[in-house]
Amino acid sequence: MDDRIQRVTMPKWGLSMTTGRIVEWFVEEGDIVGKGDDLVDIDTDKIAGTLESAAAGPLRKIVAQVDQELPIGATLALVAPAEVPDSEIEAAAAEALAELESLAQAAEAEPEPTFVSVGERSISYVTLGGGEATPVVLVHGYGGDKNSWLFVQQPLSEGRPVHALDLPGHGASTKDVGDGSLQFLVDTVLGFLDALGVERAHLVGHSLGGAVVAATARAAPERVASVTLLAPAGFGGTPNARYLRGFAAASSRRELKPLVGDLFADSALVTRQLVDDLLRYKRLDGVPEALAGLLPTLLTDDDRQAIDTRAILAEVEVPVRVVWGREDRILPMPDDGDIELVDGGHMLHMESANAVVAGLGKTLE
Amino acid sequence: MARTITYREAINEAIAQEMARDERVIVMGEDNVGGTGSPGEMDAWGGVLGVTKGLYGRFPDRVMDTPISESAFVGAAIGAATGGLRPVVELMFIDFMGVCFDQIFNQAAKFRYMFGGRAVTPVVIRTMWGAGLRAAAQHSQSLLPVFTHIPGLKVAAPSNPYDAKGLLIQAIRDDDPVIFAEHKMLYDTSGDVPEDSYALPFGEADVRREGDDVTIVAIGRMVGTALEAADELAGSGISAAVVDPRTTSPLDLDTILELVEDSGRLVVVDESNPRCSLASDIGAQVAQEAFGALRAPIQLVTGPHTPVPFADSLEDLFIPDASRVAAAVKTAVDWTK
Repeated sequence: MDDRIQRVTMPKWGLSMTTGRIVEWFVEEGDIVGKGDDLVDIDTDKIAGTLESAAAGPLRKIVAQVDQELPIGATLALVAPAEVPDSEIEAAAAEALAELESLAQAAEAEPEPTFVSVGERSISYVTLGGGEATPVVLVHGYGGDKNSWLFVQQPLSEGRPVHALDLPGHGASTKDVGDGSLQFLVDTVLGFLDALGVERAHLVGHSLGGAVVAATARAAPERVASVTLLAPAGFGGTPNARYLRGFAAASSRRELKPLVGDLFADSALVTRQLVDDLLRYKRLDGVPEALAGLLPTLLTDDDRQAIDTRAILAEVEVPVRVVWGREDRILPMPDDGDIELVDGGHMLHMESANAVVAGLGKTLE
Repeated sequence: MARTITYREAINEAIAQEMARDERVIVMGEDNVGGTGSPGEMDAWGGVLGVTKGLYGRFPDRVMDTPISESAFVGAAIGAATGGLRPVVELMFIDFMGVCFDQIFNQAAKFRYMFGGRAVTPVVIRTMWGAGLRAAAQHSQSLLPVFTHIPGLKVAAPSNPYDAKGLLIQAIRDDDPVIFAEHKMLYDTSGDVPEDSYALPFGEADVRREGDDVTIVAIGRMVGTALEAADELAGSGISAAVVDPRTTSPLDLDTILELVEDSGRLVVVDESNPRCSLASDIGAQVAQEAFGALRAPIQLVTGPHTPVPFADSLEDLFIPDASRVAAAVKTAVDWTK
């Protein structure tokens, strides 16, 4: 293929994604696209996302049509300068079609999550990328898991290892959460770094995970290159206790679905699959107890924030970045302090993944 | 972590995990131990379809082989349940339940009620149901409506491995007698199942597919048939939701009503005989509760009012297939007053 032709390919948003369905193109053949332009909406079985262009130049050919379901890595469109002849473009499109089957097979054979022992607990994690650069560790929030980084982990993993773990009580990790304290979660993250032989890492935490990475940086500054807090717990203001207590208690789809809508600015993003996956998690033995055990770490009995992350950050010496979704309906956005705003709700790393990744990219450099 | 296992393995795993968790859980049934009185490591059979394979080796004191006398061993299991154990008893084919109706209908189902809640009967009766195995009229029935009819019994009919494990764990932990109906044609189907234990609450339907034009309710093996029909219908521009009630007693009528209120059309698919069936029951309840929402007559897709035939070609005709479901959907969608 002419090396002036750049391919727009099906992204991999998360561990379980093997295919994506084209929902809507925002560009037409002949348009000039720039880096970062919204190209196409893609639906996975979890959630829909917008693919931004990594290429710049004339969009010569749209290969993937609306409603087509394609494996990750499949060519969706071709960008090439005007001087590349049409015949070359057609040949590249034909080549893309011929590749589909082998891509589908490769998509099924993606890296599997694995386990590591931290103390007496088994911690599930998945690593993408590799290389010599300082690793990144992604720490999810209350009730989340490693898969919540689905739009973030892959793009960050160019040239560096990116580990996403399940905190105790979450995902596939041991469900016992000990005393459920912030210190326990910090010890788990440090134990995880030890177990993986990671001396120093950039830590990224969402929500409760934000407070965890901040406290980890305070406890062991030599192990932490930077912290990025996404809508972190403990920044003051009144948290959405209805959501937090409801999520901990919900045991049916009917109870859970209206709550989960609060996580996103656009509640329409909540698919049946997403609610089903949460229910599947919540029904595992030990999970209700784990969520109940962690709740007092987030929320006082009179529904205030139980952690003071600002006080923790005052003692943190590594670079800190705080990012918030403008329409967060779970943890209120503070109206003061050095905070970057992006579109979206509490799940900003799902709703505004591209902006979050771009910001993280700067920190990592 | 989830991995892919079969429906049969999911059932086995559910029993094994509950036996490990709770020493009151015991297993009873024919050929669990490789034949009456067989000593030693004789767990090779694991029941007639190998579902309990390996359990005797792990829990030799709690896996009992029984004689071919259903009325006796089902009665014994019910008695053991009232005495504090949690028996999981296998009664090979649902067709054979008739010989222990008194134990099930008149004893197990009545104790909690007649003793004012002071007695519970946490017994699970596992049994296989459904046509398709070329096993003729006495081994192919879908008698779920008979048990669904009886207050005091709970009835679960999983359609996939994930549900099979979660519903069976719930059945074992449940304090009421549960008829756990395993469709014999699903044993070798596979799906993602977490290794951890989990209980699926009874009375919560699973919406397997969303759709605006019609609501298809299907049970057991018919869930797959309905999903196949929904795929086919999508090609002709008809968007069909597929709901699996998962338990027929309790029945999650709310979820079905919610969907019918949106779609205005209901098709119920059930391979049992049509009279006094799950199809007629669900159809009647929806007609009563959501008549105003209906835009077409409720369509019932069932087997005919005959025994299940032994001849292959006739048995195939007996069992509803995707084209019959699709035709019923089209009748509903094309209906004009």
